Amino acid sequence: MKRVGLLLLTFTLTSMLSACGGIEPVAAWERGYLADPAMTWDASPSEAQLKNHVYSSKEASAGGNGAAGGGCGCN
Amino acid sequence: MLVRAFTLALLFAFPFSAHSSEPIPAPAFALPAIQNYDGTLSLESLRGKVVYLDFWASWCGPCRISLPALNALQLELGQDKFQVIAVSVDVVEEDALDFLERYKVDYPVVIDTEGDVPKSYAVEGMPSGYLIDQSGMVRSVHVGFKRGDEAKIKVEVEALIQE
Repeated sequence: MKRVGLLLLTFTLTSMLSACGGIEPVAAWERGYLADPAMTWDASPSEAQLKNHVYSSKEASAGGNGAAGGGCGCN
Repeated sequence: MLVRAFTLALLFAFPFSAHSSEPIPAPAFALPAIQNYDGTLSLESLRGKVVYLDFWASWCGPCRISLPALNALQLELGQDKFQVIAVSVDVVEEDALDFLERYKVDYPVVIDTEGDVPKSYAVEGMPSGYLIDQSGMVRSVHVGFKRGDEAKIKVEVEALIQE
Protein backbone atom coordinates (compact mmCIF):
# COMPACT_ATOMS: atom_id res chain seq x y z
CA MET A 1 0.00 0.00 0.00
CA LYS A 2 2.86 2.30 0.98
CA ARG A 3 4.64 1.46 -2.25
CA VAL A 4 1.57 2.32 -4.35
CA GLY A 5 1.27 5.62 -2.50
CA LEU A 6 4.91 6.46 -3.25
CA LEU A 7 4.48 5.53 -6.88
CA LEU A 8 1.40 7.72 -7.13
CA LEU A 9 3.21 10.62 -5.45
CA THR A 10 6.18 10.28 -7.82
CA PHE A 11 3.87 10.19 -10.83
CA THR A 12 1.91 13.23 -9.65
CA LEU A 13 5.04 15.27 -8.95
CA THR A 14 6.57 14.38 -12.30
CA SER A 15 3.36 15.26 -14.12
CA MET A 16 3.33 18.64 -12.39
CA LEU A 17 6.97 19.25 -13.35
CA SER A 18 6.39 18.27 -16.95
CA ALA A 19 3.58 20.83 -17.13
CA CYS A 20 6.18 23.50 -16.25
CA GLY A 21 8.29 22.33 -19.16
CA GLY A 22 5.80 23.79 -21.61
CA ILE A 23 6.54 27.34 -20.48
CA GLU A 24 9.24 28.84 -22.67
CA PRO A 25 10.88 32.23 -22.29
CA VAL A 26 10.54 34.70 -25.16
CA ALA A 27 13.52 34.21 -27.48
CA ALA A 28 16.14 36.98 -27.47
CA TRP A 29 15.42 37.94 -31.08
CA GLU A 30 11.67 38.13 -30.46
CA ARG A 31 11.80 40.73 -27.69
CA GLY A 32 11.22 43.66 -30.03
CA TYR A 33 7.60 44.01 -28.97
CA LEU A 34 8.55 43.90 -25.29
CA ALA A 35 11.10 46.65 -25.88
CA ASP A 36 8.49 48.89 -27.52
CA PRO A 37 7.99 52.17 -25.62
CA ALA A 38 4.29 51.31 -25.46
CA MET A 39 5.16 48.40 -23.19
CA THR A 40 6.59 50.59 -20.43
CA TRP A 41 4.50 51.23 -17.33
CA ASP A 42 5.05 54.98 -17.50
CA ALA A 43 4.86 56.95 -20.72
CA SER A 44 7.06 59.76 -19.38
CA PRO A 45 10.12 58.91 -17.25
CA SER A 46 10.33 62.41 -15.74
CA GLU A 47 6.67 62.37 -14.78
CA ALA A 48 7.13 58.94 -13.23
CA GLN A 49 10.10 60.22 -11.23
CA LEU A 50 8.06 63.18 -9.94
CA LYS A 51 5.19 60.89 -8.98
CA ASN A 52 7.59 58.60 -7.16
CA HIS A 53 9.08 61.54 -5.31
CA VAL A 54 5.65 62.72 -4.18
CA TYR A 55 4.65 59.20 -3.24
CA SER A 56 7.77 58.51 -1.19
CA SER A 57 7.43 61.90 0.57
CA LYS A 58 3.79 61.35 1.46
CA GLU A 59 4.13 57.73 2.45
CA ALA A 60 7.52 58.22 4.10
CA SER A 61 8.77 55.23 2.17
CA ALA A 62 10.97 54.56 -0.80
CA GLY A 63 11.87 51.71 -3.09
CA GLY A 64 9.93 48.67 -4.09
CA ASN A 65 8.89 50.20 -7.37
CA GLY A 66 10.28 47.50 -9.60
CA ALA A 67 13.26 47.43 -11.87
CA ALA A 68 14.17 49.92 -14.56
CA GLY A 69 13.97 49.21 -18.27
CA GLY A 70 11.39 48.26 -20.81
CA GLY A 71 11.97 44.52 -20.69
CA CYS A 72 13.89 44.14 -23.91
CA GLY A 73 16.24 41.72 -22.22
CA CYS A 74 19.28 43.59 -23.51
CA ASN A 75 22.31 42.47 -21.52
CA MET B 1 12.80 -1.31 -6.33
CA LEU B 2 9.99 -0.72 -8.77
CA VAL B 3 9.49 2.81 -7.42
CA ARG B 4 13.21 3.56 -7.77
CA ALA B 5 13.35 2.26 -11.32
CA PHE B 6 10.23 4.22 -12.27
CA THR B 7 11.59 7.45 -10.72
CA LEU B 8 14.94 7.06 -12.48
CA ALA B 9 13.23 6.36 -15.79
CA LEU B 10 11.11 9.49 -15.44
CA LEU B 11 14.08 11.64 -14.47
CA PHE B 12 16.10 10.54 -17.47
CA ALA B 13 13.12 11.12 -19.73
CA PHE B 14 13.76 14.89 -19.38
CA PRO B 15 16.30 16.36 -21.74
CA PHE B 16 19.51 17.68 -20.25
CA SER B 17 21.05 20.82 -21.67
CA ALA B 18 24.66 20.23 -22.46
CA HIS B 19 27.10 23.11 -22.81
CA SER B 20 30.29 22.31 -24.58
CA SER B 21 33.32 24.54 -25.03
CA GLU B 22 34.46 22.55 -28.07
CA PRO B 23 34.36 24.51 -31.35
CA ILE B 24 31.27 23.70 -33.35
CA PRO B 25 30.67 24.34 -37.06
CA ALA B 26 28.90 27.64 -37.64
CA PRO B 27 25.41 26.95 -39.04
CA ALA B 28 25.28 27.91 -42.71
CA PHE B 29 23.00 30.70 -43.89
CA ALA B 30 22.28 32.90 -46.88
CA LEU B 31 20.43 36.13 -46.14
CA PRO B 32 19.43 39.20 -48.17
CA ALA B 33 21.67 42.21 -47.60
CA ILE B 34 20.16 45.58 -46.76
CA GLN B 35 23.36 47.58 -46.74
CA ASN B 36 26.96 47.49 -48.04
CA TYR B 37 26.43 44.35 -50.13
CA ASP B 38 24.44 43.42 -53.22
CA GLY B 39 22.14 40.42 -53.23
CA THR B 40 22.31 37.47 -50.88
CA LEU B 41 25.25 36.99 -48.56
CA SER B 42 26.19 33.48 -47.50
CA LEU B 43 28.54 32.47 -44.71
CA GLU B 44 30.13 29.97 -47.09
CA SER B 45 31.42 32.84 -49.28
CA LEU B 46 33.50 34.11 -46.34
CA ARG B 47 35.40 30.87 -45.77
CA GLY B 48 39.08 31.64 -45.27
CA LYS B 49 38.35 34.82 -43.31
CA VAL B 50 37.80 35.32 -39.60
CA VAL B 51 34.15 36.36 -39.29
CA TYR B 52 32.45 38.23 -36.46
CA LEU B 53 28.75 37.48 -36.88
CA ASP B 54 26.83 40.10 -34.95
CA PHE B 55 23.12 39.62 -34.22
CA TRP B 56 21.50 42.96 -33.44
CA ALA B 57 18.16 44.76 -33.49
CA SER B 58 17.02 48.37 -33.74
CA TRP B 59 15.27 48.05 -30.36
CA CYS B 60 18.42 46.84 -28.61
CA GLY B 61 20.07 49.48 -26.41
CA PRO B 62 23.66 48.15 -26.30
CA CYS B 63 23.63 47.84 -30.12
CA ARG B 64 24.04 51.63 -30.23
CA ILE B 65 27.49 51.01 -28.78
CA SER B 66 28.34 47.72 -30.49
CA LEU B 67 27.72 48.66 -34.12
CA PRO B 68 29.99 51.76 -34.16
CA ALA B 69 32.61 49.89 -32.09
CA LEU B 70 32.64 46.94 -34.50
CA ASN B 71 32.81 49.34 -37.43
CA ALA B 72 35.94 50.92 -35.94
CA LEU B 73 37.39 47.43 -35.41
CA GLN B 74 36.68 46.48 -39.02
CA LEU B 75 38.34 49.67 -40.30
CA GLU B 76 41.34 49.07 -38.06
CA LEU B 77 41.91 45.43 -39.00
CA GLY B 78 40.97 45.73 -42.67
CA GLN B 79 38.92 43.36 -44.78
CA ASP B 80 41.61 41.01 -46.09
CA LYS B 81 41.39 38.47 -43.30
CA PHE B 82 38.58 39.72 -41.10
CA GLN B 83 34.94 40.47 -41.81
CA VAL B 84 32.16 41.74 -39.58
CA ILE B 85 28.68 40.69 -40.68
CA ALA B 86 25.68 42.22 -38.97
CA VAL B 87 22.46 40.21 -38.90
CA SER B 88 19.44 42.33 -38.10
CA VAL B 89 16.65 40.40 -36.38
CA ASP B 90 14.14 43.22 -36.85
CA VAL B 91 10.73 42.15 -38.05
CA VAL B 92 10.35 45.40 -40.01
CA GLU B 93 13.21 46.20 -42.38
CA GLU B 94 12.59 49.98 -42.16
CA ASP B 95 13.32 49.88 -38.41
CA ALA B 96 16.76 48.45 -39.14
CA LEU B 97 17.41 50.99 -41.90
CA ASP B 98 16.35 53.88 -39.62
CA PHE B 99 18.82 52.65 -37.01
CA LEU B 100 21.58 52.38 -39.62
CA GLU B 101 20.89 55.97 -40.68
CA ARG B 102 21.80 57.08 -37.17
CA TYR B 103 24.60 54.59 -36.57
CA LYS B 104 26.38 54.19 -39.89
CA VAL B 105 28.51 51.14 -40.59
CA ASP B 106 30.71 50.14 -43.51
CA TYR B 107 30.41 46.37 -43.20
CA PRO B 108 27.63 44.26 -44.77
CA VAL B 109 24.29 44.17 -42.99
CA VAL B 110 21.85 41.34 -43.69
CA ILE B 111 18.37 40.79 -42.31
CA ASP B 112 16.43 37.80 -41.04
CA THR B 113 12.84 38.81 -40.37
CA GLU B 114 11.78 35.21 -39.74
CA GLY B 115 14.33 34.57 -36.99
CA ASP B 116 15.56 31.27 -38.45
CA VAL B 117 19.27 32.11 -38.30
CA PRO B 118 19.31 33.39 -34.68
CA LYS B 119 17.39 30.25 -33.81
CA SER B 120 19.99 28.01 -35.46
CA TYR B 121 22.72 29.85 -33.51
CA ALA B 122 20.66 29.66 -30.26
CA VAL B 123 21.12 33.39 -29.64
CA GLU B 124 20.70 34.12 -25.93
CA GLY B 125 20.70 37.92 -25.83
CA MET B 126 20.95 41.09 -27.86
CA PRO B 127 23.48 41.77 -29.21
CA SER B 128 25.23 38.42 -29.62
CA GLY B 129 28.48 38.04 -31.52
CA TYR B 130 29.87 34.76 -32.86
CA LEU B 131 33.53 34.67 -33.67
CA ILE B 132 34.03 32.20 -36.51
CA ASP B 133 37.50 31.06 -37.52
CA GLN B 134 38.89 30.64 -41.04
CA SER B 135 37.65 27.06 -41.27
CA GLY B 136 34.08 27.98 -40.33
CA MET B 137 34.08 26.92 -36.67
CA VAL B 138 32.48 29.01 -33.90
CA ARG B 139 35.34 29.76 -31.51
CA SER B 140 33.71 32.13 -29.04
CA VAL B 141 30.39 33.81 -28.31
CA HIS B 142 29.89 37.32 -26.90
CA VAL B 143 26.50 38.03 -25.41
CA GLY B 144 25.78 41.69 -24.69
CA PHE B 145 28.14 44.58 -25.33
CA LYS B 146 29.69 47.32 -23.25
CA ARG B 147 32.37 49.92 -23.93
CA GLY B 148 35.79 48.31 -24.13
CA ASP B 149 34.56 44.91 -25.32
CA GLU B 150 35.96 45.65 -28.78
CA ALA B 151 39.50 45.50 -27.34
CA LYS B 152 38.92 41.93 -26.10
CA ILE B 153 37.38 40.95 -29.44
CA LYS B 154 40.37 42.47 -31.27
CA VAL B 155 42.80 40.28 -29.31
CA GLU B 156 40.76 37.18 -30.16
CA VAL B 157 40.45 38.11 -33.84
CA GLU B 158 44.19 38.73 -34.17
CA ALA B 159 44.92 35.35 -32.59
CA LEU B 160 42.54 33.62 -35.02
CA ILE B 161 44.07 35.41 -38.01
CA GLN B 162 47.49 34.08 -36.99
CA GLU B 163 46.28 30.44 -36.99
